[in-house]
Amino acid sequence: MSEAAPLPAGDLELTRVLLEVRFCARVDRIKLIRRVVEASALMCDLASEHARDVVLAVDEACQNIIVHGYKSQGGGEIVLTLASLDDGLLVELRDQAPRIDPARIQHRALHDVKPGKLGCYFMSAIMDRVEYLPDPGGGNLLRMYKRKDGSS
Amino acid sequence: MTESENGTASRRVVHLAGEIDLEHAPQIRKVLLGAVDQGRWILVDMAEVSYIDSSGIACLIEALQEARKKDADLALFAVNPQALRVLELARLDTVFAIHPDLTSAVQAKG
Repeated sequence: MSEAAPLPAGDLELTRVLLEVRFCARVDRIKLIRRVVEASALMCDLASEHARDVVLAVDEACQNIIVHGYKSQGGGEIVLTLASLDDGLLVELRDQAPRIDPARIQHRALHDVKPGKLGCYFMSAIMDRVEYLPDPGGGNLLRMYKRKDGSS
Repeated sequence: MTESENGTASRRVVHLAGEIDLEHAPQIRKVLLGAVDQGRWILVDMAEVSYIDSSGIACLIEALQEARKKDADLALFAVNPQALRVLELARLDTVFAIHPDLTSAVQAKG
């Protein structure tokens, strides 16, 4: 993971925001989210292969919120913000699920081949930065960053 | 997402297509485990799979493990670059037998 400058805290400048989407935490919405993430990543000049990687990372993050955060109950809300920073794409996902303890987020060892528990690994392997924070508005804030140069 | 299956009693070819994600993983799991239940050698055609995530990968791993439990075999063929990238990220490209096409898969089996 990169030791680049800290990600901007607090409200993003509006000119940086590519879009903000509020959607229901249901699995049938993820396909639509993939479309807007890929388009935004390409707009940020990420190479197409890196844009596809970011799509996977955001997909996995949404799955985790839906399945582990909201327990697949289908009524929760997710807010996705995509922002263009000087050297990459910032992704923020906010939810109102019970607070998560980042220390308890683990993926399985890759050599221990069994179904499941790969989502967080994909996120950390693909993105240059992944931060789990309490959302000041309650719930959780996941921030992920991908540099344009695709160094990850 | 679409899927279909054909083959002989011992060899089952499962054709997957579209985006294999959390929404469609339960259906894919059912198809793959059904093929494992019916065949000794399962070939999964990935040519038309345009996207796969961890839930789809989990289906493939479970099917592979079930096949091995019954001393059967499961291989993938015609895996597109996105799906191959995901398999490589998870270091599963060395766990699954991956062939360029059906003919190569059959030849490799001997």
